[in-house]
Amino acid sequence: MKKFTALLLTFVLVFSFVGCGAKDTDAKSEGVMTYAEYEAAALESPVVIETYVQAKQSWWEDKATVYTQDKDGAYFLYEMACSAEDYEKLTKGTKIKVTGYKGEWAGEVEVMDATFEIMDGNYVAEAMDATALLGTDDLIKHQNKFVSFKGMTVEDAGDGSAFLYSWDGSGQDGDDLYFNASVNGQTYTFTVESYLCDNTTDVYAAVKNLKIGDTIDMEGFLYWYEGVNPHITSVTVK
Amino acid sequence: MMNFTKRWKFLVLVSVLLLGNAFSLTGCHGRESLSAFVIPEEFDLSRNYEITFWAKNDTNKTQTAIYEKAIADFESLYPNIDVSLRLYTDYGKIYNDVITNIPTNTTPNVCITYPDHIATYLTGKNQVVPLEDLFADEKYGLGGSEIIFDGPTKEEIIPKFLEECAFAGHYYALPYMRSTEACYINKTYVEALGYTLPEKLTWDFVFEVSEKAMEQDEDGNFLINGQKVMIPFIYKSTDNMMIQMLKQKQAGYSTPEGDMLLFNDTTKELLYMVADHVKTGAFSTFKISSYPANFLNAGQCIFAVDSTAGATWMGTDAPLCDISEDKLVEFETAVMPIPQFDTQNPQMISQGPSVCVFNKEDPQEVMASWLFTQYLLSNEVQIAYSMTEGYVPVTSKAQNAEEYRDYLARCGEDTNTYYEVKIKATNLLLEHVENTFVTPVFNGSTSLRDGAGQLIENTAKSVRRKQTIDEVYMDKLFEDVTALYRLDQISSQSKAASGEKADLGPLPQTAVFLLSALVTVWIFIGIYALYQMLKKKRNVQ
Repeated sequence: MKKFTALLLTFVLVFSFVGCGAKDTDAKSEGVMTYAEYEAAALESPVVIETYVQAKQSWWEDKATVYTQDKDGAYFLYEMACSAEDYEKLTKGTKIKVTGYKGEWAGEVEVMDATFEIMDGNYVAEAMDATALLGTDDLIKHQNKFVSFKGMTVEDAGDGSAFLYSWDGSGQDGDDLYFNASVNGQTYTFTVESYLCDNTTDVYAAVKNLKIGDTIDMEGFLYWYEGVNPHITSVTVK
Repeated sequence: MMNFTKRWKFLVLVSVLLLGNAFSLTGCHGRESLSAFVIPEEFDLSRNYEITFWAKNDTNKTQTAIYEKAIADFESLYPNIDVSLRLYTDYGKIYNDVITNIPTNTTPNVCITYPDHIATYLTGKNQVVPLEDLFADEKYGLGGSEIIFDGPTKEEIIPKFLEECAFAGHYYALPYMRSTEACYINKTYVEALGYTLPEKLTWDFVFEVSEKAMEQDEDGNFLINGQKVMIPFIYKSTDNMMIQMLKQKQAGYSTPEGDMLLFNDTTKELLYMVADHVKTGAFSTFKISSYPANFLNAGQCIFAVDSTAGATWMGTDAPLCDISEDKLVEFETAVMPIPQFDTQNPQMISQGPSVCVFNKEDPQEVMASWLFTQYLLSNEVQIAYSMTEGYVPVTSKAQNAEEYRDYLARCGEDTNTYYEVKIKATNLLLEHVENTFVTPVFNGSTSLRDGAGQLIENTAKSVRRKQTIDEVYMDKLFEDVTALYRLDQISSQSKAASGEKADLGPLPQTAVFLLSALVTVWIFIGIYALYQMLKKKRNVQ
């Protein structure tokens, strides 16, 4: 019994030490805003956030544009200062601390002129089903989040085809793809943003193979440009 | 032991090898350059050619269709020349892709571009074909005897537009389309605010009306539009804004030799003016707020300055529109030249796409590119493309064509081909060609242009972020923008290229090492020669 008690105490001790060593990586550091504080911050004010990389859109001349999200909300980081070396480190789920200014461009709220540092921690967001929110005022509350749209029907993109290269069909392979899909009698426009998902990706190929009348499930980021303009990252034909 | 001659030869050999090494090391940083293009005696029509054409469109389906038709028509005239089209919607992206492809000699054959960008392409030796000899070629030149389409002669290209393509002692491009900037005005709101549009727009007038439009009710709605949003004055291209204001003020910007005069007291004065109106919310920019057209059409902007090539997006009845119909507001659109400081001497930028031809190892391939380039100046292409936006054809042949005169005369007949705002924007340039200017082109002029715009963008952002705008801020801003675009380095390089002495900074370490080695070798040669001379003298004695 004594042996058993000693063993039990040892285990308890070991686990309590392990517990002491583990940090709550979800907790915000000193001076870092919660999502609610970020949301409430005035445009053009300085912001400091901790968030997790969900997708990288582009890198050019030491500037990175990145979709990020924590468990409470999403943040679009526009042209954040970032070396090519650091850009490689920004894998899906990577936790980063970002210091910049809150801005808005054509309805898209974003963090601008930012710098960042990589932190310990990892989080990959599950897609939130936003199908029922389409066309409602509540949709904007989820701006930039990773979302899904389910059971939608592909509609005419404008010239009898299921998609267009560029918004009016003026583009060519490699440009953004635009397509329409409906649910509950309402049609919405979706985009495959070519910097986020270029013409070598599965989603680009999937959209090029769409046919009017297909029923599809989609995932993507809830981007905004003069209204909702989801940047789709996956399409599944049902 | 080696005798003197042998040793001398050995030392010389060592020196030569070291020198050779020095040159080979320098060569490592270069690339295999092309030979200068020489016009072949005959263009070999029995061969097949595949050429690539990188073109820019304004995200406009009609423009894409015109490019495709031009290629199809050209290919039917020259069935052995196959043209592949690659479309861009941004000049900057074309520029980036071209400079990425220069080191591997994988540039396109023909490319829509800006002269400023060509100046950078010229850093690749013989990459861009000088065109003056091709212009004059009896058979395949402009109006040449062997040209099988109705292209323009050199005299039929508007001289002012053609001159814009001459720099560094050569013609490196042909103009393709020309545009300028216009101020698209919500005339309805201007009059509702108690003003009448003057015959010539001034900065004072625009800012005065803009400030008046900032009046709000107690709920924060703007009195003029009853909305929560109103940015009375939005400028799309702030680099153009700064460049034109400086020109109008006869202040420095740059010289053809690459002297950068941008950072001067007039520039500061203009930035203070910008800051004053950003502070009240009366002024903003595209980069900060979004497209001027979207705000104008939603009744949230009164003065929208954008290219005449953006005219189809402007106004209640604009054929192209990015905002939903429920946001559109009814108003009368006036189209005027950009605001001026001196209305007696109006100044506005000349811009628009030019087209250059890239050199290739096979001169016959270059000839095929040249023929296609000329075809872009035929009436079929010029008139059709110019009608897609507020562009002006670059040849008198097209401008005087009956079809084009008829197009202009039908201004306002519909809201598509004859869209009033678009044709008014075109007429604005046609009437003011003599008031247009271009900035000097040199390697680095693109960066200077970017820097000019950045000064306004940074100032506007800083004001919005409640930072203090004073002399300390201005000095720091000038330093930051100089560093961001490496303008101090570019200025030195441009001067060096133009033959002016410039401080090139310390020598690289490898060069220092090699030069030291050479000096050491020569010292040894000297000592040895002296020793031999003294020995010989002693033996004689």
